[in-house]
Amino acid sequence: MQKYLLRRVSFGLGTVIGVSLIVFVVLRILPGDPLVALLGVEGHSKMTPADRAVIMKDLGFSDSLPVQYGRWLRDIASGQLGRSFFRGDTVRDLILHRGPLSAEIAILALIISWLVGLPVGILSAVRPNGLADAVTRFLSILFIAIPGFWLSMLLVLALLFWFGYKSPILVVQIWENPWQNLQIIIGPAIVLGLAQGAYIARMSRSCLLEVIREDYVRTARAKGAVERAVVLRHALPNALLPVITISGVLLGFVLGGSVAVEQAFGVPGLGRALVTAIIERDIIVVQNLVLLYALIFVVVNAFVDLSYAWLDPRIRYQ
Amino acid sequence: MSTLLRQNWLAAVGGAVALLIIAVALTAPLIAPRDPLKADFRHMNKPPGAEAYFGTDQVGRDALSRVIYGARTSLFVAFSAVLLGTTLGSLWGVACGYLGGRFDLISQRVMEIFQSFPDLILAMAISMAIGTGLPAVIVAIAITRVPFGGRVIRSVALSVSAMPFVEAGRAAGASQFRVMALHVLPQCVAPYLVLATTHLGVAIVIEAALGFLGVGVPPPTPTWGNMLADAITGLVPQWWLVLFPGLAITVTVLAFNLLGDGIRDSLDPKLAPTVLRLVTGVGRGARSAGATAASPAPSAQGQPGAA
Repeated sequence: MQKYLLRRVSFGLGTVIGVSLIVFVVLRILPGDPLVALLGVEGHSKMTPADRAVIMKDLGFSDSLPVQYGRWLRDIASGQLGRSFFRGDTVRDLILHRGPLSAEIAILALIISWLVGLPVGILSAVRPNGLADAVTRFLSILFIAIPGFWLSMLLVLALLFWFGYKSPILVVQIWENPWQNLQIIIGPAIVLGLAQGAYIARMSRSCLLEVIREDYVRTARAKGAVERAVVLRHALPNALLPVITISGVLLGFVLGGSVAVEQAFGVPGLGRALVTAIIERDIIVVQNLVLLYALIFVVVNAFVDLSYAWLDPRIRYQ
Repeated sequence: MSTLLRQNWLAAVGGAVALLIIAVALTAPLIAPRDPLKADFRHMNKPPGAEAYFGTDQVGRDALSRVIYGARTSLFVAFSAVLLGTTLGSLWGVACGYLGGRFDLISQRVMEIFQSFPDLILAMAISMAIGTGLPAVIVAIAITRVPFGGRVIRSVALSVSAMPFVEAGRAAGASQFRVMALHVLPQCVAPYLVLATTHLGVAIVIEAALGFLGVGVPPPTPTWGNMLADAITGLVPQWWLVLFPGLAITVTVLAFNLLGDGIRDSLDPKLAPTVLRLVTGVGRGARSAGATAASPAPSAQGQPGAA
């Protein structure tokens, strides 16, 4: 187990370093001057070349790329993550202020997806090709195709119409006012949770169908166990492994999807901060936030792999 | 062909709808009732009615015409991105699977790194870096498709490479390139088709999300995504401006997904062994290899990450 752990962690570290290099390179091939983005074309043309050079030096764009990359690593190590061009506060403050909302949304979406997806999957696997199966299969295909941000817009529209919904303007943290906090996060969490739940239902259905044909399930039935115990105690645990894996893969879906869903609901979370930064071309903010999203994805999938090895000894000893 | 239809009527419906949408996109100038860009300030924010079936937007443009022209942009972006990204990735995958060794090892790591980004976020960052506009959006989406194509097709090529006819080719003295292009590559066509169809749906969603977030194809060119973005600029969004573009996205994605699932099922040897040759026109080798690699992957891993 320890050997496996070590291998998996070093593997993840390599990936993270690769990710940071790609983010850095992609954001440095920006066509044109970051100053044009910063000051606008007019403001840029009014400045003398000397002024421009001073500002570029201030922002740290006049150094060579390896030096800039090194400085970024230093910023990460110091925990401050650099400063926004426009707002003066550090990216760390931004993440601490906006991050909790997005994290709550992601976690709640994960919980909803399991609460909805798993029972639905079991139900349709128990009676394949029955009515419940047909309905759930249709719904899961539908929910996979519906873009989350559009569903969010429809929900907002309905809430606006019936309850006079207003999108939240300020961040309300869970420790300040849990009720208001819940009102902000519940919509995006449900939308993202249902979309994920569709995948989980689909996956748990097909895995359960596969396992239920195995000999040991027949043995359990033969010894007289009730069907409920056969499915839940004997078949389900072995069918869950791939479902856990897909849950990790789905996190990418949640992280990416939450950006658009937050925008649709007007939730002031991290995803919206990223969109704003991209539109403003606030490179330092963008590079840190993109790295953060990728980092979360890598770490969670490493945990999924480890839990997999923990749950299934065959993988551990490979 | 008729057995295929009977077994897979959902896929047939999906295929028919997909064809219909493609036809709408191609003939947009002929069937659109009005100019999608022409503002009409006497008819602003009109709800759907006999004059404008999908209503009009804040500056009086006809929403139906914009949805029809939007199909053009969305499908053009999606097809180009998949043709570029999935194809490049697949060719890369063929090379990885056949050549193996260090090239394969390094390629796998690179693809994994690219897969560590959530699709939409990677596409946003890339399209920011190379500037907004149609080509930028296409390239950005294409890059997110490369690793998915590469990893699926690699596993196909890997099992094909171990087959006797590939060895026979090598034994006959064919060059590496010749064996790859004439013996391994044709066997990867069927899984590629499945993958490409599924990726079309993903690409459409990413394109729409980019447009919605304001980093996609810039206005005034109508796309389904930027129509949705326009819809919420007003204080009170009009329901018809939200409903119809989103419905267009959902129906299109649904059609491509059903079609992809259908092609995949008909390639599965356990379900319909005879259909494979019919669909692909290639030899028998692809059956075992193609199905094992293609069946779990595209629907399970190709999809998430979009919006």
